[in-house]
Amino acid sequence: MLTVDEILNGVVIDHITAGTGLGLYHMMELEKLHDASVALLQNVRSQKSGKKDIIKIEGDVSKLNFDILGYLDPKITITVIENGHIVNKIRPKQPQRLVNVIKCTNPRCVTSIEEGCDHIFTLTPSGRYRCVYCEQEFRVKP
Amino acid sequence: MRHLIDPADFTLDETLRLMDLADRIHDDPSAYKDVAYRKRLATLFYEPSTRTRLSFEAAMLNLGGQVIGFPDARVSSASKGETVADTIRIISCYADIAAMRHPKEGAPLRAARYSRIPVINAGDGGHSHPTQTLLDMMTIRRRKGRLDNLTIGFCGDLKFGRTVHSLIKSLSRLPGMRFVLISPEELRVPDYIISEILAPNGIDYVETRNLEESLPELDILYMTRVQQERFFNEEDYIRLKNSYILTKDKLALAPADMAVLHPLPRVNEITLDVDDDPRAAYFEQAQNGVYMRMALIMTLLGLADPKTGEVAFDVNG
Repeated sequence: MLTVDEILNGVVIDHITAGTGLGLYHMMELEKLHDASVALLQNVRSQKSGKKDIIKIEGDVSKLNFDILGYLDPKITITVIENGHIVNKIRPKQPQRLVNVIKCTNPRCVTSIEEGCDHIFTLTPSGRYRCVYCEQEFRVKP
Repeated sequence: MRHLIDPADFTLDETLRLMDLADRIHDDPSAYKDVAYRKRLATLFYEPSTRTRLSFEAAMLNLGGQVIGFPDARVSSASKGETVADTIRIISCYADIAAMRHPKEGAPLRAARYSRIPVINAGDGGHSHPTQTLLDMMTIRRRKGRLDNLTIGFCGDLKFGRTVHSLIKSLSRLPGMRFVLISPEELRVPDYIISEILAPNGIDYVETRNLEESLPELDILYMTRVQQERFFNEEDYIRLKNSYILTKDKLALAPADMAVLHPLPRVNEITLDVDDDPRAAYFEQAQNGVYMRMALIMTLLGLADPKTGEVAFDVNG
């Protein structure tokens, strides 16, 4: 099995739906982390879900927005590591409503043409987010 | 003030009250000819839809009201780049109620958020068409005498057909419904209809490819058009299209009191010889649509039924 060195200081974003790690990488703008080491592991064997993606970040993560992980993928866990020890394990919460956090990508949605129109998503009972205007489900692109 | 943007905007009780009013109008239209005297409906049609627009206009005129509006975005200020939010704020100065058809999904909801008058969604892209749902429900109830414990077959394009999705959602609020979903594999209902509506509510449904085998058990058959533009392969389209044509011969397999509905326009999915069969209810739907829209306009304007002295339900609470 592929191994990546253990982290001394940083975070492990685990249980990412397999195939969506790269999309999540871009949405978190990890390519802009010039002073941190970032490893994206795809299709890692998982006892729970068969396959999963993992992102490991070693270095300063203070500028990252972890809040968005909750609505990108509710199954995700974030493990914070300091000096080689786990200091916190977070399962992001899903807010009921998101305003101008993610964008509706449906080209038929009014948000695609209407100037000044907020992108508003609400949480459905199945744990997914839908645009209030067109009801298209938000999905992280692979 | 209330709007109608999605069929679920009205509770089941409100929907049934609205249907009761539409039934009373159906039975005596002349009693309602002055109900909306001096009231004005704006029909804001950003894409052409002659039948829906004329149905709304006929409804308002039948109530003694007036109509203003535009039939196409090219003759509106949208062609100059005006936002929906701005347009409805202006229209609110000119009219008492508005019906909006727009190619972009969610445009009527956007309008409702800025409007000072009730907004009715007259169809927004492939998303929602709530007055069609209401008139479908009215037609089913008038034909069957009830809106519960029915087996309803939906046939054709169940993937992209917005009327099907809205009607399934609305009928799912009623007890004892059973749905027979008849479609080609490529045009099955979207997964969310099953995972978010049918399964959580414990609603009995079956998916099948075969229309003929399903017909004997149906109370209602809701036909839709299989649209050519949904297919990449011309051969597949022709094969599938022809498997879902309702003919007089096939109709012989159906119960004598089944009703055939179709949101129209049809192309070839119901042959012309079915039109004379008493089970054909699709032209009744169009007639019921006018009465339903009259009931809706009255209610959203807070106008009392002259027969009962009451508004169908409170819109100011």
